[in-house]
Parts: sequence; structure tokens; C-alpha cells
Amino acid sequence: MRQRTAYIEGIGVWAPVLPSWEEACPILRGEVAPPPPATRRPSPELLPANERRRAPDTVAISLEVARKACVHAGRDPTDLPSVFCSTHGDLAVTDYMCETLAQSPTLVSPTKFHNSVHNAAAGYWAIATGCTKPYTAISASGYSFGAGLLEALVQSESSGESILYVAYDIQARGALATVVKSEGQFGCAMVLNALPSARAKYAIEWETIGSGHGDSAAANQNTPFVAGNAMAAALPVLQALANEQGRCTVSLGATLALQLNSELVDKKAGQPVP
Amino acid sequence: MANPDIRNLMKPLSISAFTASSSAGTGLVETMDALRSRNGGLTQNDFGAEPVDTFIGRVREVENTPLPAGFDQWDCRNSRLAWLGLNQDGFLEAVRNARERYGPQRVAIVFGTSTSSIGATEEAYANLDENGEFPQGLRNPLIHTPHSTGDFLQHVLELEGICMTVGTACSSSAKVFAQAERLIRQGLADAAVVGGTDSLCGSVLFGFNSLELVSPERCRPFDAARSGINLGEASGFALIEPDADGPRLLGYGESSDAYHMSSPHPEGQGARSAVSAALKSAGMEADEVDYINLHGTASRKNDEVEAKVIADMFNDGALASSTKGWTGHTLGAAGILESVITLLALEHSMAPGTLNATDLDPICGPQIRTQNTETPLRTGMSLSFGFGGSNCALLFGRGA
Repeated sequence: MRQRTAYIEGIGVWAPVLPSWEEACPILRGEVAPPPPATRRPSPELLPANERRRAPDTVAISLEVARKACVHAGRDPTDLPSVFCSTHGDLAVTDYMCETLAQSPTLVSPTKFHNSVHNAAAGYWAIATGCTKPYTAISASGYSFGAGLLEALVQSESSGESILYVAYDIQARGALATVVKSEGQFGCAMVLNALPSARAKYAIEWETIGSGHGDSAAANQNTPFVAGNAMAAALPVLQALANEQGRCTVSLGATLALQLNSELVDKKAGQPVP
Repeated sequence: MANPDIRNLMKPLSISAFTASSSAGTGLVETMDALRSRNGGLTQNDFGAEPVDTFIGRVREVENTPLPAGFDQWDCRNSRLAWLGLNQDGFLEAVRNARERYGPQRVAIVFGTSTSSIGATEEAYANLDENGEFPQGLRNPLIHTPHSTGDFLQHVLELEGICMTVGTACSSSAKVFAQAERLIRQGLADAAVVGGTDSLCGSVLFGFNSLELVSPERCRPFDAARSGINLGEASGFALIEPDADGPRLLGYGESSDAYHMSSPHPEGQGARSAVSAALKSAGMEADEVDYINLHGTASRKNDEVEAKVIADMFNDGALASSTKGWTGHTLGAAGILESVITLLALEHSMAPGTLNATDLDPICGPQIRTQNTETPLRTGMSLSFGFGGSNCALLFGRGA
């Protein structure tokens, strides 16, 4: 598979011990210890005050990391199509729906029901920002992070435009937690573009590779920052970016992976927008 | 390197095999018979213990369709419905041929679903053991996640390429065509299996009931006295290749309403931009579209907004209809099911009408028809709109 290049224009990240990309970089490089866990979830600035507390965790986390990535990129969210990705969707809403259906099905809350769709976070993002560009919402079990990232890369390669990629998973709740494993709260977002511009902060060479790849994603399940989170496969990529140069692979399937080679873009070498 | 100059125009792709199964029929022959004879599949809701007073499109055959040996770990209603669908119209053989020609890593799967196998999770919650845990037999994590059916497909089809699930509610299995086109155009796959499966479950029956959107009678899309939707289940698939016999995917358009989680934009802004984008990507004008399969759920609001969009954007000679009177609203499977119905309409030169609608809402333009129309059709569009304001328009061309 031929190698291609994409440019990361902005990054947003949130976990209780990774409150922002700026603070996360030295932590991911191993230079400083992570801070004690801050809040259980961020307060999404994009939502009106009365909705901030009521929004599902997946919405709170994804809207906040998406906003930060756009700010970091200097991009207006309304200009960006987006790919939202979650392995399990909102596990708390799923627990509520299944529990209510088992107990008193006619009492299902209409709001919780429309929040149960896999594209709930993407829908709230579009409404909050007023962005009418297309979004999609992806899931691929243990390969979710790679699948969503690949879709974002392919979309930008096809359109020549910047795209927002948002990946998140939350803690499993209730009876579901005994079967579905996801711990903690985590989200990350990137503004990507297949074309270079003055906004480019990192360049990533990428290609899909066949079996025999080293799976840095699996190894990183042990990372303390988002240990046990279903989206932990994002960590090796974020670490490579924080290190300003690095190679990593993200699994796309049992015998297929996305290989990424990233480095910091020298501002002086950044090419103008064609 | 991306070329921004060509981004709006796509090279047509071949649809070398396709199939769909719903309450209107299992496979293409039964589906076409149902369309011609105007026999729908909607029956009084008998799903679950305390059924909501409504009609449903239930695929009863699913209940007698076991998964093949060795696939027990994916066993649930959604997987069974997917398997039933895969076994129609020589689709399995077509995929096998593609796998042999291109190699298992070069055939992607882009699958759309909204319910996925949530019915299995609901069943586990209804039967928790004395420790409050899932009962034995439902403890397999593979069926309690949105990608469950996509994962089953990859294993049962013995494919090893890119495989992912799109979950954008009722546009899910329409958007899969767009995604597959990009994967093929960018050389990340040589062919793609696209499709979708949604199955009846408590979440959607009681969920839509809580939104006061389900009808106590058979749904009547675009009728002045329409009273809401009927839920249905379906499974459908298409095999997409760059150059083969069969009908063509000519274009697609995607957009977002950015308006409301469960109501369409009042002027149908997102629907309009999806239609425009689809026409632009195909290099076509609206008056070149012969048949439009509408989203037409029979909800008061959707049909009102959509009828206005069609009246404004298409010329009077276009034929448009909703086929949900045959199948119910199959949610995440609606995109593929109605794409397949559009392909059948092109192949058989028969634009289906709108079953159960007798007295069309005056807001409807002359495009929306209640009766079937026998006439040659070269091109067809399928529209899908989902919760969260996710819209997709697909444009198909008749095979040579």
C-alpha cells in the first residue's frame, strides 16, 4: 500500500489525568507525573449552562475535546466535516434504556431514547456549533480508534479539506459492566488535512499494512493514563505526537493495521495553502 | 495527493450484486412481487410481552433461521436477520467470487445499523441472575456492542480487509455507499460489501412510542390523515466494484441539519443540501432523476418537510414515493432496503407508489404518487434522514 501524508492542525484531549493537550504532552512523554484525577467529566463550554449537567458523558467529553482541537487548529467548527467514533457509545444511556425496558418499558424517557443513538454526540456537536457539513459515527469493536482515524484520513484525502476526528469511550455501568469492559472517561480529537498548510503542526505518513505488524495498541492497554478504556488504542498515537517524532501501528483488524510515522512540522518549512 | 478540483464529481461504480429482505419479502423476487401486487408486510404488533398498540414489519422467518455452525457467539436476532439476508439472491456466492478475485484483505465491509444487537442486551437485562449479572448464554461481549453484526459479517464472509459499522440512526445504511466509494477511490479497497441490518427490539418500539411517533394503524406516508410511523426490521446488502455488470452508483450527498436531535429542519435545509450534493457528485441536474424513493416515514413532520423539498427541487414529471407502507420504517436498514427497492424499480421499469396513502396531503407536489407506475426509469434517488439530523441522498443508474 502506498504511503500518504496527512497533517494534524490541532489536537484536543481529555481524561481525568490528562486535562488538556498542552498539559498532556509532558505527561505522555514521561517527563512529569500525571496530576491527580480532576473532575469526573469536563464541562462542555459549547452547551448552554442548563444543558451542561444533563448532557450524557459521551456528549460532554466529545464536545469539549472537539472544541479544543478546533481552537488549537484555528479552524471554525462550521467549516469541518467530522468523524465521531466510539467503541460502545454511551454505556450509561444503554444501561438506563435496558434497565427501564426490563422494569417499566412504557416509562422510557424520550430524551434518553434519542440520546441512545450512536450519533448522539455528533448530532449535539452539529447543533451546538451550527455545522451543517456531514458527520459520520463509526464503531468497530476493538479496532474502533483505527477505523475512525482511517475514515477521517480517507475523507480528507478525497475532499482535500480539513476534517475533525473525535474518538471517545466511557465507563461501563450497571449489569452491562460485568460483560462489556470499558473503564474511566476518555476522549481525544484531531483536526486533520491531507494537504499541508500554515496550520499544520504535525505531519503523519500513513499506510495500511498486512499481518505481522507489531501491535502497539494492545501493548498500550497497560498505560496508566486511560487504563482499561475502550478507546485506549489512541494512546500510542498521542504519545508519538507528544514525542514530536515516532512510529506506531493501530490495529484495523486481526491481520490489518494502520502504520503511522509522525513528526513535528517545522513552522518555517510549512507550505502555504495551495 | 488529494485533488480538490475533482472532489465533487465521482466516477460511477458498479453494483454487481444486491439483495434485501424485509416483512414485504425475503429476497428480490418476493420483494418485487409484493411491490407489484401492493401487498405490504405490516401486521398488528405482537413483539414482546406488553406490545405497544401499533403495526410492525416483522420478519418472522428470522425466528427459524439459525446461524451456521461455529458462529454461536454472534447468535442474536440481528445476526440471524443479517444471515437470512446474506443467503438470498446468490449474494454469498458473489462475495465469495469477489474474495477470490481481489483477495480477502481487499474487500472492505461498510455496515450500517442503528439497533445493532441491542435486543440481546435488553434480553439479558430482563433475565438477570440472582447476582444481578447477565444470564449464562448472554455473557458474550461480542453481541453487546454496536459493531456486533459487522464483526459477525467479517467472520462469516471470511474477509480480512477494512471493516466498520456506521451508526447514524436512520441514514446508517445509506451512508455506507458514500464511505465505500471513498475507500475504493483512494485505493484502500478493490471492492466493498455494503449493507445494513436492523431488528425489532424494545428500545425502538418503546422509544418511538415515548416520542409519540408510532401509529395505531398501518402507516400512511404523505396521506393528509397520516398518524405516525410503523417500525420494521430488514436486512440488505450490495457488492460494489469499480467495473462490472449491473446498475451503477452515480452519486451521493451527505449533510447535517444542525437543528434538533429528533425533529427535521423545518425547511428541510439538510435534505436539500444532501440532494444537491448527490446531483453535483454525479454531474446531473434534478430533472434527470426519474424516480425518487423518499424517506416518507408517515410522521406528521418528516413528510410535511420532505414533500415541500421534493415539490421545490424536482420537476413535475419525476415520480416519487415512500415504500414504508410495505415494510415499515426499518431505521438503520432503511437506507439499504430502499436503495435496493430503487434498483428494482430501475430494473423492472416500475416506480412503486405509496401504499396505504389514499388522500395525499395537499402539501405534496405532483411528484408523489400513490399508485405504481409502469415506465422506463434510467435513474433513481433514495433519500434517508436520521435522528441527530444526519441526511444522505444516493443516486443510482440503471444497468446497461
